[in-house]
Amino acid sequence: MAMLEVSNLHVKYGMIEAIKGIDFTVNKGEVIALIGANGAGKTTILHTVSGLIAPSEGSIVFEGTDITKTPGHKIVSMGMAHVPEGRRVFQSLSVLDNLKMGAYTRTDKREVAETLEMVYSRFPRLAERKNQPAGTLSGGEQQMLAMGRALMSHPSIILMDEPSMGLSPIFVNEIFDIIKAESERGTTVLLVEQNAKKALSIADRAYVLETGKIALSGDAKSLLNNEEVKKAYLGE
Amino acid sequence: MAFLSYLINGISLGAVYAIIALGYTMVYGIAKMLNFAHGDVIMIGSYVVFCVVSMLNLPVWLGILISVLVCTILGVTIEAIAYRPLRQATSSLTVLITAIGVSYFLQNVALLIFGANTKAFSSVVPLDAVKIGDSLTVTGESIVTIIACIIIMIVLTLFVNKTKAGRAMLAVSEDKGAAQLMGINVNKTISLTFAIGSALAAIAGVLLCSAYPSLTPYTGSMPGIKAFVAAVFGGIGSIPGAFIGGIILGIIENLSKAYISSQLSDAIVFCVLIIVLVVKPTGLLGKKLQEKV
Repeated sequence: MAMLEVSNLHVKYGMIEAIKGIDFTVNKGEVIALIGANGAGKTTILHTVSGLIAPSEGSIVFEGTDITKTPGHKIVSMGMAHVPEGRRVFQSLSVLDNLKMGAYTRTDKREVAETLEMVYSRFPRLAERKNQPAGTLSGGEQQMLAMGRALMSHPSIILMDEPSMGLSPIFVNEIFDIIKAESERGTTVLLVEQNAKKALSIADRAYVLETGKIALSGDAKSLLNNEEVKKAYLGE
Repeated sequence: MAFLSYLINGISLGAVYAIIALGYTMVYGIAKMLNFAHGDVIMIGSYVVFCVVSMLNLPVWLGILISVLVCTILGVTIEAIAYRPLRQATSSLTVLITAIGVSYFLQNVALLIFGANTKAFSSVVPLDAVKIGDSLTVTGESIVTIIACIIIMIVLTLFVNKTKAGRAMLAVSEDKGAAQLMGINVNKTISLTFAIGSALAAIAGVLLCSAYPSLTPYTGSMPGIKAFVAAVFGGIGSIPGAFIGGIILGIIENLSKAYISSQLSDAIVFCVLIIVLVVKPTGLLGKKLQEKV
């Protein structure tokens, strides 16, 4: 059974239908990429899955539970973390306080302390800057903080929205290395990216979105060699 | 000595403004709305104390407790019925106008029940005035008000920074969506904020009416507006800002009443606000974070 199963999803913003009936699945341990141009509906899908917006039709099943109507704040403790587009770290709070906020739903202090050590070991830069306000970090560091914050909830799946946006090429590589390493440790990843080449290089499977519909899907490697994808998204 | 006495009265008046301003500033910080009905919650709280203590002859502590409870429930109910359905509204003006509507609603409910006649509120402070030296007397009301304000400030600061619910408030005030992604129940957090603000309004009402013992359905409106000015003055959204803004406003108001003109004191207060906003638009302690991309 798939870990996350989205069927016939429709999302409307007022009169405009942003997502027009899509189906996709994410299996445990996979890295799934959703790629597509601006406005294709990638972010809307992630927001709907994590409960920030409600779909007008369709269902979302996560680990056997229907979460279509579950309020967003309850989904976190079920094991789903979301690293939002533009990172959205709490600017005025310190790095440490941001990380603690990520563990908001967890009650065992000792376990949280262990996770914090784990996050610091993966992102040594966050440990160095733990008392600094998050707003003073560079874009790449904020992306790391947003990822560390998501890991603090001890998720089984992480949704990542445009992790490479606005970052220098060096940081882009670093962020993708981190995502890959995280997946190798067993975390399932649902990745939304405009940088299709990078996304496909680390993904197992991918879905190509065009104006609210899935245009293509399949193995990431084969999509990398697909002529249409090459022309439309890889700039080749 | 006269100056000192005016100053202490000013601080005491300012302490009341500060307690009211906390309600404005916390609600603004978290729900990003100006709750113009906040001043009228103070008035309702004062009427509750008046009913319990002066009409039913029950003990003062019970009156204050009931008043705090009634105001807390009132604040949470107002938020749930009037403001929450508008949270997704496209224009923030919608909520603002609703808040003004709620304000008039509360005033007119009080008018219906209690009439327009001024009720004589008897002070709930059992403390006698303290004489310092020959000419300086500090009223019991001033002492209690200032101490209450300081305690409230300390407890509130600790609550926001040290408790889980308080930190959730900080997170919601910065980014509702991101807070929800952390597993924070945003609606519950906003309700809690209204509850705290309204409970403080009840306390402010008791202190205000003890110092200025005439109660009408419009009692809360002017102090409410001045406390709003205090919150903006100190930097809206900032808890220490509300405290400092309130105290400074009280001092300015009382000193201008004493030395310039009691008719002009309000005008002077608002002029100072305008000057502060021209020089420092975010208010005294309002923060403007530089963003790095």
